[in-house]
Amino acid sequence: MATTEEIRADLAEIVNEVAGIPADDVQLDKSFTDDLDVDSLSMVEVVVAAEEKFGVKIPDDEVKNLKTVGDAVAFIEQAPQA
Amino acid sequence: MSSRRVVVTGMGMTSPLGGDVPSTWEAMLAGRSGVRRLEEEWAEELPVQIAARVAVEPSEVLERVKARRLDRSAQFAVVAAMEAWADSGLTDTTVDPERMGVALASGIGGVTTLLSNYDTLKEKGPRRVSPLAIPMLMPNAPAAQVALLVGAKAGVNTPVSACASGNEGVALGVDQIRLGRADVVLVGGTEAAIHALPMAAFGQMMALSKRNDEPERASRPWDADRDGFVLGEGAGVLVIESEEHAKARGARIYAEVRGAGITADSHDIAQPDPEGRGGSRAILRALQESDLAASDIVHINAHATSTPLGDLAEGLMVHSTLGAQADRVVVTSTKSMTGHLLGGAGAIESIATVLALHNRVAPPTINLDKQDTGVDLDIATSPRDLPAGDIAALNNSFGFGGANVAVAFASV
Repeated sequence: MATTEEIRADLAEIVNEVAGIPADDVQLDKSFTDDLDVDSLSMVEVVVAAEEKFGVKIPDDEVKNLKTVGDAVAFIEQAPQA
Repeated sequence: MSSRRVVVTGMGMTSPLGGDVPSTWEAMLAGRSGVRRLEEEWAEELPVQIAARVAVEPSEVLERVKARRLDRSAQFAVVAAMEAWADSGLTDTTVDPERMGVALASGIGGVTTLLSNYDTLKEKGPRRVSPLAIPMLMPNAPAAQVALLVGAKAGVNTPVSACASGNEGVALGVDQIRLGRADVVLVGGTEAAIHALPMAAFGQMMALSKRNDEPERASRPWDADRDGFVLGEGAGVLVIESEEHAKARGARIYAEVRGAGITADSHDIAQPDPEGRGGSRAILRALQESDLAASDIVHINAHATSTPLGDLAEGLMVHSTLGAQADRVVVTSTKSMTGHLLGGAGAIESIATVLALHNRVAPPTINLDKQDTGVDLDIATSPRDLPAGDIAALNNSFGFGGANVAVAFASV
């Protein structure tokens, strides 16, 4: 099982690829929309890339609860492997 | 109708001959071809394996994240618009955004985005289809992206008339200014359709040259051995504005856009009227609207794509509309060098027409080894000087669907 930091680092790479945000800025306390300027369409891209990377399912209804990077990491940590 | 004069104050381009206007113009005057053999694997099984790719990949110019959110056709449009905007000298304080529009055409829209997402759907399922697919592939995406780039808030339009689209963009922009709906309009067109499906489909229409072994010799308008057009890609954008607006800000003026003629053949969905009657009416309308006489026209940037029928019909049009002047007008087809950019063609050719007037030199038509005996035109095969004084030129574009657009430009 990957550590919290490993998941954050992998997620940061995805956010960098999709939205061009420097990976080091993608920290647990950062809001996707307010701090990282990830718009709603880019967020869908991040979610789909994360599903593939981590082998989990992130339901559409769940995405609105993933306000911060920490929320996303926590969801991925507890989600069953798809 | 308002008689507001409309002038060209900025130009930008990315083409098979260069990544901007100066490099493209230099290549045109040097008579270089932008047609190459396609190296992609998918081309191997196609009957036509040649095309005119842009000389400079947009990924070399645009920031990575910006580029990945744009279809290739919008990438070209944004690259061309950035150059045109800088060239015009306009800034966000010298034009009211609510008085600035866009009329930027596409022939086919975001076809490569559409097809790559369909591949993804088939191979990986609906969850992997990009959420950006629709805003990337919609035909008005390039116009909208250019509007976002410069902050244009008047009408943002996308004329779609196949290979006449880019010229129709210019005509529509003139209308917007003359109707008082805008002071400045970014006009032109873009196309990015070099992909297996459009190449196969145009091939099935027997529209493309199969001169695979001599790519640079394949686009040969009016030559007796022409066998079809060569698909090109790229974009052209012109900043046009009311003369009043341009003069008030001390802008450099390249030329005047005098007027346009837009007609339809109502003859066939794909074949041109063999006598070119619709095209002739477009030219006559353009002259009439421009208050120009046939004797004022010293140069024509022809549509001539290197197809057997179309090139012949355009020769007839020039004679039926210009009378005795048809023997004096210097005609060229820059498609001999750039290939045919479909919805981008009228745009880059409008720029070539403006530069011909501005620099008083008509670019050549290459590969005219043996002129078709059915074409009685004075075709420039090397750069040809144009006369001093007040001169005017036409840019012709004709498209599937029977669309005909002629735009008249005049020196200033």
